This record gives sequence, structure tokens and C-alpha cells, in this order.
Amino acid sequence: MSEPASINVAAPRPEPMAPRFLTVRRRIRESADVATLDIALDDADARKLACRPGQFNMLYAFGVGEIPVSVSGDPAILDRVTHTIRAVGAVSSALVKLKAGDSIGLRGPFGSRWPVEDAAGSDVVIIAGGIGLVPLRPVVYHLLRRRASYGRISLLCGARTLDDLLFRKELDRWRRTPDFQLRVTLDRADQRWAGDVGYVTNLLPKARVDLAETVAMICGPEIMIRATAQALEDVGVAPARIFVSLERNMKCAIGLCGHCQFGPHFLCKDGPVYRYDCVSDFLAVREL
Amino acid sequence: MKDIAALLREHPFAQELGEDIVTLIAGCAKNAIFQKGDYLFREGAPADHFYLIRDGAVALETFAPGRGAFAFLTVKAGEILGADWLVSPYRSSFDARAVELTRAIAFDGKCLRGKCEADHHVGYEMMKRFIPPLVQRLRLARLQSLDA
Repeated sequence: MSEPASINVAAPRPEPMAPRFLTVRRRIRESADVATLDIALDDADARKLACRPGQFNMLYAFGVGEIPVSVSGDPAILDRVTHTIRAVGAVSSALVKLKAGDSIGLRGPFGSRWPVEDAAGSDVVIIAGGIGLVPLRPVVYHLLRRRASYGRISLLCGARTLDDLLFRKELDRWRRTPDFQLRVTLDRADQRWAGDVGYVTNLLPKARVDLAETVAMICGPEIMIRATAQALEDVGVAPARIFVSLERNMKCAIGLCGHCQFGPHFLCKDGPVYRYDCVSDFLAVREL
Repeated sequence: MKDIAALLREHPFAQELGEDIVTLIAGCAKNAIFQKGDYLFREGAPADHFYLIRDGAVALETFAPGRGAFAFLTVKAGEILGADWLVSPYRSSFDARAVELTRAIAFDGKCLRGKCEADHHVGYEMMKRFIPPLVQRLRLARLQSLDA
């Protein structure tokens, strides 16, 4: 794979701090604390808010606050933008409770993208831990729409329990998709589960890709990202072919406020998706 | 039909293991087949055996009142199952249940401990094969508990 020209496609936009007022079209309960919101877009908004896999929007729950949320929907579908949110704080809890017809504020899209174009011609392994599947789902949509452009594709997912596993119907569909490998592992499983149990890196030997020639995309808790990137390096994946999506406290989303500074980077503007060798040194700095 | 030494040589456990040691430890081993749902060992029972998984998968489980059994690790083809045979009081810490048809090489722990005691070179070769997966599992178990 050639060096990615740039995974940062966020162009300056007029009035980046002004939210658009949009309407929730549909809410899907994914798990006890996770919900997916389809937000309706008219034709004008569809052009302006088209997202690339890996990008995020700032979602505003009126009267509560604003947080960054990765796009989780199909980037080819333009009449809506889809976000999947886990309730962990006041704003995310308010967003998860929104219903069809409710108003929501949105700024974006922001941030860098997964290198889906640069990966054409290569094998691709996608590794997700827990809620980390959310920003990787658009990658899967993209790859499956252009299946002939890629080599072997493997999606490896880890989740705490079966009840925490996101997008289960969709995973079942992908499991039946030809020329697409899906492996799921749970941290702990009851009698309903007959699949793999253990840490997500245990799945790497099962990935039906040429690890020396593959592009890897990883998202999950940062501990999982570090462990998985290291495990990929151990089996011969070049650090320049590993991409990770990082998370820090983002506020402005345009690289002004400095809340998400990560060494010389602002995650909101330069990230959240990075080539691993560009950030691996900083991932080892505890003060960051 | 392959003898037990031949089956052992095919397993990653025996890679770079001298032919003399393969032949020696094969005397402590037998072929074993488990149907889906069979238990290879049960929590609290004497840890008389360990297993080299040839085909299939085995779930390591424990039991919580009111929640039933839950698995925390699956051990698959090419891997080692069971470490309690190494450490006194040689008692199994968890249940091991075949989640599919599983073929394994079963080792008599007491027999192998005796051969390791009699020849420390054999013991060292066994340790070199047991310690890496045990350390790896400990590391991954820590990551599982710390991921948030």
C-alpha cells in the first residue's frame, strides 16, 4: 500500500460552531445503555453533512450540552445521518433518550477518515472492541459496497457479554455474507453463546487475511488499541499499515480550544483516525 | 493409524522438542475424544490431566448462583488446556466443557511430573512450553478486567 496521501479530509467550513437544528427520524435500542439515532436530512443538508467513514459530528442535546459522536451509518445513504451513542454522562444519556420527532443540534462533520480508498487492493482486517464497532461500521458498509476492490476482509469483534454486543442482526447478516469473515469473541458468556470467549487479540490467528499484506483498522478502549496494535506488529503487520481511532475530551471540534490536544496533535482536527506509527510514541506517554 | 507420538509431533506443543523427549512423554499420553457438551474436567475435581487440543474448542467456565455457568475463555486447536496439574494441590479451578466435537491428547499429570522430576531437562522443556501461554493468558485476563 502506498503512503496514504492524507486521511484528514476535514475542510474549513463556514460557521463551524453553529449547530444545525435537525429532527430525529428513528431511534433503535441497541443494548441496555446504547441507542442508534437516525437523523433526517433534507437535500441541502445531505450535501453539506455527508460524512466519510471515521468522521464525527458534535451532537447537541438542548439544555444539556454537546459531545462528539462518531458516525455509525452507511456513508452512501444521504437522506439521514446515523449515530450510535452509549449513555455514560449527562449529554449522552439525554441523547440516548431522544425519540422520533425530537429536535437535536448537530455540527460537523469533523475529523479524519479511515483509509478505505488507500486500502483498495489490499486485505483488510477490522478490529473492534465494544463501542469501538460504531466508527468502524461505516468502513464495513463501504468495503461491502465495493467488495471487488479489496482482497480478503476480516472483521474481528470483541464485546463484554452477548447483551453488550452491538448491531447483532447486522452481524448475523454479515456472517452470512460471502467473501467476508466475521469472528466475535466475548469476555464472558452464558449458555446462549457457543462462540469464542476471550480477549479480541485471541482472534488474530483466525483472521483469514495475509497479515503481512493487510491494512488494519482498530477502534475500542485505548488499552485494547495498544494491545491489539502490538499484537499485529508481533505477527508482522507494519505499523504504517495499522490505523487507530483515538478519543480525548473534544469541545470545539475545530482545533481551537485545546481540550483534545495529544502531543502535537489536536484529535478533533488531526484525528480521530491516525496511522499508528504517527501516534504510537504518544500512546506511551502517560501524561497525555 | 497414527500412534500417540505421531499425533504429538503434529501439535505445536511438540515443535522443536527432541525426538527422545517426544517418545518419553508420549508414554504419559493417550488419545481422547469429547462430544459437544462433555466436560473434560470439573471445578474442584482432582487435576489429573492436561490436554493438547487437536481439533474443536473447549470453554473454560465457572458457576455463579442465580446466574448459571458462564465462560471466560475458549481454548482451541493447537492450544494447551489445563495448568492445575502443575501446582499442588492439583485441583481443577474451573469447568472445561467441549463446545463442539473435540479431539485432544490427554496427558496424565502425575506421570509427567514424575518424568520431569527424574530428568530436569525434560522438566525445563515442559516449562518452556507452558509458561508462555500462561503468561499470555494472564496478560489478556488483566486486559479484559481493565478495559473500559
